[in-house]
Amino acid sequence: MRANDIQIVNMQEILFTGFMPDNPVAGMPVPLSIRVEHLNVHIGNQHILKDINLTIPEKRITCIIGPSGCGKSTFLKTLNRMHDETREVKIKGSIFVHGEDIYGPKVNVIDTRKKMGLLAQRPCPLPMSIYDNVAYGPRIHGLKKRKALNQTVIQYLQYVGLWDEVRGRIRTPATRLSIGQQQRLCLARGLAIEPEYILGDEATSALDPISTKKIEELFVKLKEKYTIILVTHTLRQARRIADYIVFMYLGKIIEAAPTEEFFDNPKKQLTKDYLSGSFS
Amino acid sequence: MRATIKKYEEGFFKMLMIASALIIMGVLIFIIGTIVYKGLPSLNWDMISKLPGGGFYLGKEGGVLNAIIGSLYIVAGSLMLSIFLSVPVVMYINFYLPKNSLFANITRFCFDILFGVPSIVYGAFGFALMIYLGIRASLLGGIITVAMLIMPIMMRSLDEVTRLLSRDLPDALLSLGATKYEMTKVILRQLMPGVITAVLLAVGRGIGDAATVLFTAGYTDNIPNALNQPAATLPLSIFFQLGSPVEEVQNRAYASAIILTVIILLLSFSARYFSSKFSKTKI
Repeated sequence: MRANDIQIVNMQEILFTGFMPDNPVAGMPVPLSIRVEHLNVHIGNQHILKDINLTIPEKRITCIIGPSGCGKSTFLKTLNRMHDETREVKIKGSIFVHGEDIYGPKVNVIDTRKKMGLLAQRPCPLPMSIYDNVAYGPRIHGLKKRKALNQTVIQYLQYVGLWDEVRGRIRTPATRLSIGQQQRLCLARGLAIEPEYILGDEATSALDPISTKKIEELFVKLKEKYTIILVTHTLRQARRIADYIVFMYLGKIIEAAPTEEFFDNPKKQLTKDYLSGSFS
Repeated sequence: MRATIKKYEEGFFKMLMIASALIIMGVLIFIIGTIVYKGLPSLNWDMISKLPGGGFYLGKEGGVLNAIIGSLYIVAGSLMLSIFLSVPVVMYINFYLPKNSLFANITRFCFDILFGVPSIVYGAFGFALMIYLGIRASLLGGIITVAMLIMPIMMRSLDEVTRLLSRDLPDALLSLGATKYEMTKVILRQLMPGVITAVLLAVGRGIGDAATVLFTAGYTDNIPNALNQPAATLPLSIFFQLGSPVEEVQNRAYASAIILTVIILLLSFSARYFSSKFSKTKI
Protein backbone atom coordinates (compact mmCIF):
# COMPACT_ATOMS: atom_id res chain seq x y z
CA MET A 1 0.00 0.00 0.00
CA ARG A 2 1.42 3.45 -0.82
CA ALA A 3 0.80 7.02 0.16
CA ASN A 4 -2.56 8.54 -0.59
CA ASP A 5 -3.81 5.21 -1.84
CA ILE A 6 -7.45 5.18 -2.63
CA GLN A 7 -8.94 1.88 -1.81
CA ILE A 8 -12.22 0.28 -1.15
CA VAL A 9 -11.90 -2.55 1.29
CA ASN A 10 -14.29 -5.40 1.83
CA MET A 11 -16.35 -4.70 4.94
CA GLN A 12 -15.81 -8.12 6.51
CA GLU A 13 -12.10 -7.81 6.06
CA ILE A 14 -12.14 -4.33 7.54
CA LEU A 15 -13.88 -5.44 10.68
CA PHE A 16 -11.72 -8.50 11.00
CA THR A 17 -8.43 -6.65 10.70
CA GLY A 18 -9.57 -3.44 12.27
CA PHE A 19 -8.84 -1.44 9.13
CA MET A 20 -10.90 1.65 8.57
CA PRO A 21 -13.37 1.50 5.69
CA ASP A 22 -12.95 4.28 3.20
CA ASN A 23 -16.49 5.27 2.60
CA PRO A 24 -18.53 2.13 2.28
CA VAL A 25 -21.83 3.91 2.83
CA ALA A 26 -21.64 6.17 -0.18
CA GLY A 27 -19.33 3.88 -2.07
CA MET A 28 -17.09 6.89 -2.72
CA PRO A 29 -13.51 6.32 -1.72
CA VAL A 30 -11.76 8.84 0.51
CA PRO A 31 -8.00 9.38 0.25
CA LEU A 32 -6.24 7.62 3.07
CA SER A 33 -4.05 9.75 5.22
CA ILE A 34 -2.49 7.76 8.03
CA ARG A 35 -1.92 4.03 7.95
CA VAL A 36 -1.04 2.17 11.11
CA GLU A 37 0.38 -1.32 10.72
CA HIS A 38 0.95 -3.87 13.47
CA LEU A 39 1.49 -1.21 16.08
CA ASN A 40 2.43 -2.60 19.47
CA VAL A 41 3.24 -0.41 22.44
CA HIS A 42 4.72 -1.64 25.69
CA ILE A 43 5.06 0.59 28.73
CA GLY A 44 7.40 -1.20 31.10
CA ASN A 45 6.10 -4.74 31.32
CA GLN A 46 2.60 -3.82 30.22
CA HIS A 47 1.41 -4.46 26.71
CA ILE A 48 -0.72 -1.36 26.14
CA LEU A 49 -1.48 -1.38 22.41
CA LYS A 50 -1.87 -4.79 20.80
CA ASP A 51 -1.34 -5.17 17.10
CA ILE A 52 -3.19 -2.06 15.97
CA ASN A 53 -4.02 -1.90 12.27
CA LEU A 54 -5.91 1.15 11.16
CA THR A 55 -6.32 3.48 8.26
CA ILE A 56 -7.38 7.02 8.95
CA PRO A 57 -9.10 8.90 6.13
CA GLU A 58 -8.03 12.34 5.06
CA LYS A 59 -10.01 15.47 5.92
CA ARG A 60 -12.46 13.63 8.08
CA ILE A 61 -13.05 13.50 11.81
CA THR A 62 -12.13 10.16 13.30
CA CYS A 63 -13.11 9.68 16.92
CA ILE A 64 -11.42 7.08 19.06
CA ILE A 65 -13.66 5.90 21.87
CA GLY A 66 -13.41 3.30 24.57
CA PRO A 67 -13.35 2.89 28.34
CA SER A 68 -10.58 4.42 30.50
CA GLY A 69 -7.27 2.66 30.18
CA CYS A 70 -8.04 1.11 26.79
CA GLY A 71 -5.05 2.82 25.16
CA LYS A 72 -6.75 5.71 23.32
CA SER A 73 -4.40 8.42 24.53
CA THR A 74 -1.38 6.14 24.19
CA PHE A 75 -2.36 5.60 20.59
CA LEU A 76 -2.74 9.33 19.96
CA LYS A 77 0.71 9.97 21.40
CA THR A 78 2.24 7.47 19.00
CA LEU A 79 1.05 9.66 16.13
CA ASN A 80 3.19 12.66 17.12
CA ARG A 81 5.97 10.62 18.69
CA MET A 82 5.44 12.06 22.13
CA HIS A 83 6.38 8.68 23.60
CA ASP A 84 9.94 9.40 22.57
CA GLU A 85 10.22 11.36 25.79
CA THR A 86 9.55 8.32 27.98
CA ARG A 87 12.19 5.66 28.16
CA GLU A 88 9.91 2.88 29.39
CA VAL A 89 7.80 3.03 26.23
CA LYS A 90 8.74 0.54 23.52
CA ILE A 91 7.06 0.87 20.14
CA LYS A 92 6.97 -1.75 17.41
CA GLY A 93 5.20 -1.50 14.08
CA SER A 94 4.77 1.30 11.58
CA ILE A 95 2.75 4.45 11.16
CA PHE A 96 2.75 5.72 7.60
CA VAL A 97 1.97 9.38 7.10
CA HIS A 98 1.79 10.13 3.39
CA GLY A 99 3.62 6.88 2.78
CA GLU A 100 6.54 7.65 5.09
CA ASP A 101 6.97 5.61 8.26
CA ILE A 102 7.24 8.19 11.04
CA TYR A 103 9.18 5.63 13.08
CA GLY A 104 11.67 5.18 10.26
CA PRO A 105 15.35 5.78 10.96
CA LYS A 106 15.70 8.96 8.91
CA VAL A 107 12.60 10.74 10.16
CA ASN A 108 13.01 14.12 11.83
CA VAL A 109 10.85 14.04 14.98
CA ILE A 110 10.37 17.80 14.96
CA ASP A 111 9.00 17.71 11.40
CA THR A 112 6.62 14.93 12.39
CA ARG A 113 5.37 16.90 15.40
CA LYS A 114 4.99 20.01 13.30
CA LYS A 115 2.59 18.09 11.07
CA MET A 116 0.43 17.11 14.05
CA GLY A 117 -1.22 19.92 15.95
CA LEU A 118 -2.10 18.67 19.41
CA LEU A 119 -5.00 19.91 21.49
CA ALA A 120 -4.62 18.55 24.99
CA GLN A 121 -7.25 17.73 27.60
CA ARG A 122 -6.63 20.88 29.61
CA PRO A 123 -5.72 24.12 27.90
CA CYS A 124 -2.09 24.91 28.53
CA PRO A 125 -1.30 28.47 27.45
CA LEU A 126 2.38 29.33 27.35
CA PRO A 127 3.56 31.80 30.02
CA MET A 128 3.38 34.76 27.66
CA SER A 129 0.86 37.09 26.03
CA ILE A 130 -2.06 36.04 23.82
CA TYR A 131 -0.14 37.36 20.81
CA ASP A 132 3.06 35.53 21.70
CA ASN A 133 1.18 32.29 22.29
CA VAL A 134 0.02 32.20 18.69
CA ALA A 135 3.27 33.66 17.33
CA TYR A 136 5.43 31.20 19.26
CA GLY A 137 5.17 28.29 16.81
CA PRO A 138 5.77 30.34 13.64
CA ARG A 139 8.69 32.10 15.37
CA ILE A 140 10.52 28.91 16.31
CA HIS A 141 9.98 27.62 12.80
CA GLY A 142 11.65 30.66 11.29
CA LEU A 143 9.03 33.37 10.75
CA LYS A 144 10.65 36.55 12.04
CA LYS A 145 9.06 39.43 10.14
CA ARG A 146 6.73 41.40 12.36
CA LYS A 147 4.18 42.08 9.63
CA ALA A 148 3.91 38.44 8.67
CA LEU A 149 3.68 37.42 12.32
CA ASN A 150 0.93 39.96 12.96
CA GLN A 151 -0.99 38.62 9.99
CA THR A 152 -0.58 35.02 11.14
CA VAL A 153 -1.71 35.81 14.67
CA ILE A 154 -4.80 37.70 13.52
CA GLN A 155 -5.66 35.08 10.92
CA TYR A 156 -5.65 32.16 13.34
CA LEU A 157 -7.33 34.07 16.14
CA GLN A 158 -10.07 34.93 13.66
CA TYR A 159 -10.19 31.33 12.51
CA VAL A 160 -10.97 30.07 16.00
CA GLY A 161 -13.38 32.94 16.62
CA LEU A 162 -11.28 34.56 19.32
CA TRP A 163 -10.13 37.72 17.56
CA ASP A 164 -13.20 39.82 18.36
CA GLU A 165 -13.05 38.75 22.00
CA VAL A 166 -9.37 39.62 22.53
CA ARG A 167 -8.45 42.30 19.97
CA GLY A 168 -8.10 45.06 22.58
CA ARG A 169 -5.92 43.01 24.94
CA ILE A 170 -3.76 40.92 22.70
CA ARG A 171 -0.63 41.79 24.71
CA THR A 172 -2.09 40.67 28.02
CA PRO A 173 -1.15 37.30 29.52
CA ALA A 174 -3.01 34.38 28.00
CA THR A 175 -3.84 33.06 31.45
CA ARG A 176 -6.35 35.88 31.90
CA LEU A 177 -8.65 34.27 29.33
CA SER A 178 -11.44 31.95 30.39
CA ILE A 179 -10.81 28.21 30.13
CA GLY A 180 -12.89 27.94 26.96
CA GLN A 181 -11.06 30.88 25.38
CA GLN A 182 -7.73 29.37 26.43
CA GLN A 183 -8.61 26.13 24.66
CA ARG A 184 -9.47 28.02 21.48
CA LEU A 185 -6.20 29.94 21.85
CA CYS A 186 -4.35 26.63 22.12
CA LEU A 187 -6.10 25.51 18.95
CA ALA A 188 -5.06 28.74 17.19
CA ARG A 189 -1.51 28.22 18.46
CA GLY A 190 -1.50 24.69 17.08
CA LEU A 191 -2.94 25.80 13.73
CA ALA A 192 -0.38 28.60 13.41
CA ILE A 193 2.39 26.04 12.82
CA GLU A 194 0.38 24.91 9.79
CA PRO A 195 -0.06 21.24 10.64
CA GLU A 196 -1.78 18.72 8.41
CA TYR A 197 -3.44 16.85 11.23
CA ILE A 198 -5.18 17.85 14.41
CA LEU A 199 -4.99 15.50 17.34
CA GLY A 200 -7.41 16.12 20.18
CA ASP A 201 -6.96 14.29 23.46
CA GLU A 202 -10.33 14.70 25.18
CA ALA A 203 -10.04 18.31 24.14
CA THR A 204 -13.40 19.37 25.54
CA SER A 205 -13.52 17.37 28.75
CA ALA A 206 -12.47 20.35 30.91
CA LEU A 207 -14.85 22.79 29.24
CA ASP A 208 -18.37 24.04 29.91
CA PRO A 209 -21.13 23.08 27.42
CA ILE A 210 -20.99 26.41 25.52
CA SER A 211 -17.20 26.25 25.07
CA THR A 212 -17.52 22.58 24.14
CA LYS A 213 -20.03 23.48 21.45
CA LYS A 214 -17.70 26.15 20.05
CA ILE A 215 -14.78 23.73 19.90
CA GLU A 216 -16.95 21.06 18.28
CA GLU A 217 -18.14 23.55 15.66
CA LEU A 218 -14.54 24.46 15.01
CA PHE A 219 -13.58 20.83 14.47
CA VAL A 220 -16.37 20.43 11.93
CA LYS A 221 -15.17 23.57 10.15
CA LEU A 222 -11.53 22.48 10.34
CA LYS A 223 -12.10 19.12 8.66
CA GLU A 224 -12.33 20.94 5.33
CA LYS A 225 -8.60 21.54 5.62
CA TYR A 226 -7.29 19.07 8.16
CA THR A 227 -7.47 15.42 9.09
CA ILE A 228 -8.76 15.32 12.64
CA ILE A 229 -8.27 12.50 15.12
CA LEU A 230 -10.03 12.90 18.43
CA VAL A 231 -9.99 10.84 21.56
CA THR A 232 -13.22 11.27 23.44
CA HIS A 233 -15.07 9.83 26.38
CA THR A 234 -18.38 11.25 25.27
CA LEU A 235 -20.36 9.02 22.96
CA ARG A 236 -22.78 11.83 22.17
CA GLN A 237 -19.93 14.03 21.07
CA ALA A 238 -18.54 11.29 18.85
CA ARG A 239 -21.97 10.85 17.31
CA ARG A 240 -22.35 14.62 16.76
CA ILE A 241 -19.08 15.34 15.02
CA ALA A 242 -17.32 12.18 13.93
CA ASP A 243 -17.28 10.75 10.42
CA TYR A 244 -15.64 7.56 11.61
CA ILE A 245 -15.50 5.83 14.94
CA VAL A 246 -12.79 3.54 16.25
CA PHE A 247 -13.74 1.59 19.35
CA MET A 248 -10.87 0.34 21.48
CA TYR A 249 -10.92 -2.03 24.38
CA LEU A 250 -7.96 -3.35 26.40
CA GLY A 251 -5.45 -2.13 23.86
CA LYS A 252 -7.16 -3.59 20.80
CA ILE A 253 -9.35 -2.15 18.11
CA ILE A 254 -12.67 -3.91 18.47
CA GLU A 255 -14.58 -2.15 15.74
CA ALA A 256 -14.02 0.66 13.27
CA ALA A 257 -16.83 1.99 11.12
CA PRO A 258 -18.52 5.11 9.79
CA THR A 259 -20.40 6.89 12.57
CA GLU A 260 -23.96 6.04 11.58
CA GLU A 261 -23.17 2.44 10.95
CA PHE A 262 -21.21 2.17 14.19
CA PHE A 263 -24.03 3.50 16.33
CA ASP A 264 -26.99 2.05 14.45
CA ASN A 265 -25.63 -1.29 13.47
CA PRO A 266 -22.62 -2.34 15.55
CA LYS A 267 -21.19 -5.67 14.52
CA LYS A 268 -19.38 -6.82 17.64
CA GLN A 269 -21.02 -7.82 20.91
CA LEU A 270 -18.47 -5.80 22.89
CA THR A 271 -19.40 -2.68 20.94
CA LYS A 272 -23.09 -3.30 21.59
CA ASP A 273 -22.38 -3.73 25.30
CA TYR A 274 -20.32 -0.55 25.41
CA LEU A 275 -22.95 1.47 23.57
CA SER A 276 -25.69 0.15 25.83
CA GLY A 277 -23.68 1.24 28.86
CA SER A 278 -22.99 -2.25 30.21
CA PHE A 279 -19.45 -1.05 30.93
CA SER A 280 -17.65 2.25 30.56
CA MET B 1 -16.52 8.19 74.55
CA ARG B 2 -14.68 7.81 71.24
CA ALA B 3 -16.00 11.17 70.09
CA THR B 4 -14.65 12.83 73.26
CA ILE B 5 -11.19 11.29 72.74
CA LYS B 6 -11.19 12.53 69.15
CA LYS B 7 -12.16 16.00 70.30
CA TYR B 8 -9.31 16.16 72.85
CA GLU B 9 -6.88 14.68 70.34
CA GLU B 10 -7.85 17.34 67.80
CA GLY B 11 -7.54 20.11 70.41
CA PHE B 12 -4.18 18.83 71.67
CA PHE B 13 -2.54 18.71 68.25
CA LYS B 14 -3.99 22.05 67.28
CA MET B 15 -2.48 23.60 70.41
CA LEU B 16 0.83 21.88 69.66
CA MET B 17 0.90 23.44 66.19
CA ILE B 18 0.01 26.89 67.49
CA ALA B 19 2.71 26.58 70.17
CA SER B 20 5.32 25.59 67.55
CA ALA B 21 4.38 28.53 65.36
CA LEU B 22 4.60 30.91 68.33
CA ILE B 23 8.01 29.52 69.38
CA ILE B 24 9.38 30.03 65.86
CA MET B 25 8.04 33.60 65.74
CA GLY B 26 9.32 34.22 69.26
CA VAL B 27 12.84 33.05 68.39
CA LEU B 28 12.87 35.31 65.32
CA ILE B 29 11.62 38.29 67.28
CA PHE B 30 14.16 37.57 70.04
CA ILE B 31 17.07 37.43 67.57
CA ILE B 32 16.05 40.57 65.71
CA GLY B 33 15.20 42.30 69.00
CA THR B 34 18.63 41.56 70.47
CA ILE B 35 20.45 42.75 67.35
CA VAL B 36 18.37 45.93 67.14
CA TYR B 37 18.59 46.65 70.89
CA LYS B 38 22.36 46.27 70.97
CA GLY B 39 23.21 47.56 67.52
CA LEU B 40 20.82 50.43 66.86
CA PRO B 41 22.59 52.98 69.12
CA SER B 42 25.82 52.35 67.19
CA LEU B 43 24.21 52.40 63.77
CA ASN B 44 24.89 55.66 61.99
CA TRP B 45 25.57 56.89 58.47
CA ASP B 46 29.33 56.59 59.04
CA MET B 47 28.95 52.82 59.63
CA ILE B 48 27.46 52.39 56.17
CA SER B 49 29.37 54.99 54.22
CA LYS B 50 32.93 54.88 55.57
CA LEU B 51 35.82 52.50 55.43
CA PRO B 52 37.31 51.47 58.77
CA GLY B 53 39.84 54.10 59.85
CA GLY B 54 43.01 53.40 61.80
CA GLY B 55 42.11 51.92 65.17
CA PHE B 56 38.52 51.19 64.12
CA TYR B 57 38.65 47.86 65.94
CA LEU B 58 39.79 49.63 69.08
CA GLY B 59 36.85 52.03 69.09
CA LYS B 60 38.01 54.79 66.75
CA GLU B 61 36.14 56.23 63.77
CA GLY B 62 35.10 54.48 60.58
CA GLY B 63 32.50 52.13 59.12
CA VAL B 64 32.09 48.79 57.46
CA LEU B 65 31.66 49.89 53.86
CA ASN B 66 34.55 47.59 52.91
CA ALA B 67 32.62 44.58 54.26
CA ILE B 68 29.29 45.65 52.73
CA ILE B 69 30.82 46.06 49.27
CA GLY B 70 32.99 42.95 49.67
CA SER B 71 29.98 40.83 50.66
CA LEU B 72 27.91 42.16 47.77
CA TYR B 73 30.77 41.50 45.32
CA ILE B 74 31.24 37.96 46.57
CA VAL B 75 27.56 37.11 46.63
CA ALA B 76 26.96 38.63 43.18
CA GLY B 77 29.93 36.80 41.68
CA SER B 78 29.13 33.48 43.29
CA LEU B 79 25.48 33.85 42.33
CA MET B 80 26.34 34.36 38.67
CA LEU B 81 28.71 31.41 38.74
CA SER B 82 26.22 29.12 40.44
CA ILE B 83 23.24 30.15 38.26
CA PHE B 84 25.42 29.55 35.22
CA LEU B 85 26.09 25.99 36.41
CA SER B 86 22.91 25.05 38.32
CA VAL B 87 20.26 25.97 35.77
CA PRO B 88 21.71 23.80 32.97
CA VAL B 89 22.18 20.85 35.35
CA VAL B 90 18.58 21.01 36.58
CA MET B 91 17.16 21.50 33.08
CA TYR B 92 19.27 18.62 31.78
CA ILE B 93 18.27 16.08 34.41
CA ASN B 94 14.61 17.06 34.22
CA PHE B 95 13.99 17.57 30.53
CA TYR B 96 16.78 15.98 28.55
CA LEU B 97 17.13 12.71 30.43
CA PRO B 98 14.30 10.18 30.53
CA LYS B 99 12.24 9.87 33.68
CA ASN B 100 13.97 7.86 36.44
CA SER B 101 17.24 8.02 34.58
CA LEU B 102 20.12 6.57 36.57
CA PHE B 103 22.35 9.52 35.72
CA ALA B 104 19.70 11.99 36.93
CA ASN B 105 19.28 10.09 40.18
CA ILE B 106 23.04 9.95 40.75
CA THR B 107 23.25 13.70 40.09
CA ARG B 108 20.45 14.37 42.59
CA PHE B 109 22.17 12.14 45.13
CA CYS B 110 25.40 14.12 44.59
CA PHE B 111 23.83 17.47 45.24
CA ASP B 112 21.96 16.09 48.21
CA ILE B 113 25.32 15.13 49.71
CA LEU B 114 26.87 18.48 48.76
CA PHE B 115 23.86 20.19 50.37
CA GLY B 116 24.76 18.64 53.71
CA VAL B 117 28.49 19.41 53.62
CA PRO B 118 29.35 21.99 56.34
CA SER B 119 30.57 25.33 55.06
CA ILE B 120 33.93 25.06 56.85
CA VAL B 121 34.65 21.99 54.69
CA TYR B 122 34.02 24.10 51.57
CA GLY B 123 36.29 26.74 53.09
CA ALA B 124 39.05 24.20 53.66
CA PHE B 125 38.57 22.71 50.19
CA GLY B 126 38.57 26.16 48.60
CA PHE B 127 41.74 26.98 50.50
CA ALA B 128 43.46 23.79 49.30
CA LEU B 129 42.28 24.48 45.75
CA MET B 130 43.67 28.00 45.88
CA ILE B 131 47.04 26.76 47.08
CA TYR B 132 47.03 24.23 44.25
CA LEU B 133 46.15 26.89 41.68
CA GLY B 134 48.50 29.42 43.21
CA ILE B 135 45.79 31.96 44.03
CA ARG B 136 46.09 33.91 47.26
CA ALA B 137 43.17 34.90 49.50
CA SER B 138 41.16 37.07 47.16
CA LEU B 139 37.77 38.09 45.85
CA LEU B 140 38.04 35.34 43.22
CA GLY B 141 38.83 32.71 45.86
CA GLY B 142 35.82 33.86 47.90
CA ILE B 143 33.53 33.85 44.88
CA ILE B 144 34.54 30.32 43.85
CA THR B 145 34.19 28.91 47.37
CA VAL B 146 30.86 30.61 48.12
CA ALA B 147 29.61 29.41 44.72
CA MET B 148 30.49 25.85 45.79
CA LEU B 149 28.49 26.38 48.97
CA ILE B 150 25.37 27.84 47.36
CA MET B 151 25.26 25.73 44.22
CA PRO B 152 23.76 22.63 45.88
CA ILE B 153 21.16 24.83 47.62
CA MET B 154 20.19 26.40 44.34
CA MET B 155 20.17 23.14 42.41
CA ARG B 156 18.10 21.39 45.02
CA SER B 157 15.41 24.04 45.33
CA LEU B 158 15.34 24.55 41.56
CA ASP B 159 15.01 20.80 41.06
CA GLU B 160 12.13 20.68 43.53
CA VAL B 161 10.11 23.34 41.69
CA THR B 162 10.98 21.85 38.31
CA ARG B 163 9.73 18.42 39.34
CA LEU B 164 6.45 19.98 40.47
CA LEU B 165 5.85 21.42 37.01
CA SER B 166 3.03 19.65 35.24
CA ARG B 167 3.98 17.70 32.09
CA ASP B 168 1.36 19.69 30.15
CA LEU B 169 3.67 22.60 29.37
CA PRO B 170 6.66 20.58 28.09
CA ASP B 171 4.25 18.41 26.08
CA ALA B 172 2.52 21.47 24.62
CA LEU B 173 5.86 22.94 23.57
CA LEU B 174 7.25 19.73 22.11
CA SER B 175 4.05 19.10 20.19
CA LEU B 176 4.50 22.52 18.56
CA GLY B 177 7.78 21.20 17.19
CA ALA B 178 10.00 23.02 19.69
CA THR B 179 13.45 21.63 20.33
CA LYS B 180 14.36 20.78 23.90
CA TYR B 181 16.41 23.97 24.14
CA GLU B 182 13.50 26.12 22.94
CA MET B 183 11.25 24.28 25.35
CA THR B 184 13.63 24.89 28.26
CA LYS B 185 13.65 28.64 27.63
CA VAL B 186 9.85 28.85 27.95
CA ILE B 187 9.83 26.54 30.95
CA LEU B 188 12.35 28.76 32.74
CA ARG B 189 9.97 31.65 32.26
CA GLN B 190 7.22 29.62 33.84
CA LEU B 191 9.54 28.61 36.67
CA MET B 192 10.77 32.15 37.31
CA PRO B 193 9.17 32.49 40.77
CA GLY B 194 10.82 29.20 41.74
CA VAL B 195 14.15 30.32 40.31
CA ILE B 196 13.94 33.51 42.33
CA THR B 197 13.16 31.57 45.50
CA ALA B 198 16.16 29.34 44.82
CA VAL B 199 18.35 32.39 44.28
CA LEU B 200 17.05 33.96 47.51
CA LEU B 201 17.80 30.87 49.55
CA ALA B 202 21.26 30.74 48.05
CA VAL B 203 21.93 34.45 48.63
CA GLY B 204 20.75 34.23 52.23
CA ARG B 205 23.13 31.39 52.88
CA GLY B 206 26.03 32.82 50.87
CA ILE B 207 26.04 36.35 52.20
CA GLY B 208 25.88 35.28 55.82
CA ASP B 209 28.48 32.55 55.76
CA ALA B 210 31.79 33.24 57.47
CA ALA B 211 33.51 29.86 57.30
CA THR B 212 33.81 29.73 53.52
CA VAL B 213 35.36 33.17 53.19
CA LEU B 214 37.62 32.96 56.25
CA PHE B 215 40.55 31.41 54.40
CA THR B 216 39.59 32.17 50.84
CA ALA B 217 38.57 35.83 50.57
CA GLY B 218 40.82 37.11 53.33
CA TYR B 219 40.06 40.43 54.96
CA THR B 220 41.00 44.00 54.16
CA ASP B 221 40.05 47.49 55.19
CA ASN B 222 39.83 48.53 51.56
CA ILE B 223 37.34 47.90 48.78
CA PRO B 224 38.81 45.43 46.29
CA ASN B 225 39.10 46.74 42.75
CA ALA B 226 40.36 43.55 41.16
CA LEU B 227 39.51 39.87 41.44
CA ASN B 228 42.93 38.99 42.83
CA GLN B 229 42.67 41.39 45.76
CA PRO B 230 41.43 40.29 49.17
CA ALA B 231 37.88 41.25 50.10
CA ALA B 232 36.26 41.91 53.46
CA THR B 233 32.87 40.39 54.22
CA LEU B 234 30.15 41.31 56.71
CA PRO B 235 30.17 38.01 58.64
CA LEU B 236 33.92 38.28 59.19
CA SER B 237 33.58 41.95 60.04
CA ILE B 238 31.03 41.02 62.71
CA PHE B 239 33.35 38.26 63.93
CA PHE B 240 36.35 40.59 64.27
CA GLN B 241 34.35 43.35 65.94
CA LEU B 242 32.78 40.94 68.43
CA GLY B 243 36.28 39.70 69.26
CA SER B 244 37.34 43.19 70.30
CA PRO B 245 37.62 43.85 74.04
CA VAL B 246 36.13 47.34 73.55
CA GLU B 247 32.37 47.42 74.26
CA GLU B 248 31.70 50.11 71.69
CA VAL B 249 33.24 47.94 68.98
CA GLN B 250 31.19 44.97 70.14
CA ASN B 251 28.04 47.05 69.75
CA ARG B 252 29.16 48.01 66.27
CA ALA B 253 29.21 44.29 65.50
CA TYR B 254 25.48 44.23 66.24
CA ALA B 255 25.02 47.29 64.04
CA SER B 256 26.82 45.40 61.27
CA ALA B 257 24.46 42.49 61.89
CA ILE B 258 21.53 44.87 61.36
CA ILE B 259 23.09 45.97 58.06
CA LEU B 260 23.50 42.34 56.99
CA THR B 261 19.89 41.53 57.94
CA VAL B 262 18.57 44.61 56.11
CA ILE B 263 20.54 43.68 52.97
CA ILE B 264 19.02 40.19 53.04
CA LEU B 265 15.54 41.66 53.62
CA LEU B 266 15.96 44.16 50.78
CA LEU B 267 17.14 41.44 48.42
CA SER B 268 14.23 39.29 49.54
CA PHE B 269 11.59 42.00 49.03
CA SER B 270 12.94 43.05 45.64
CA ALA B 271 13.13 39.42 44.51
CA ARG B 272 9.55 38.84 45.66
CA TYR B 273 8.45 41.94 43.77
CA PHE B 274 10.05 40.77 40.55
CA SER B 275 8.79 37.27 41.14
CA SER B 276 5.19 38.50 41.41
CA LYS B 277 5.67 40.56 38.25
CA PHE B 278 6.81 37.48 36.40
CA SER B 279 4.12 35.28 37.89
CA LYS B 280 1.45 37.49 36.34
CA THR B 281 2.22 35.71 33.12
CA LYS B 282 2.36 32.36 34.88
CA ILE B 283 -0.21 29.65 34.36
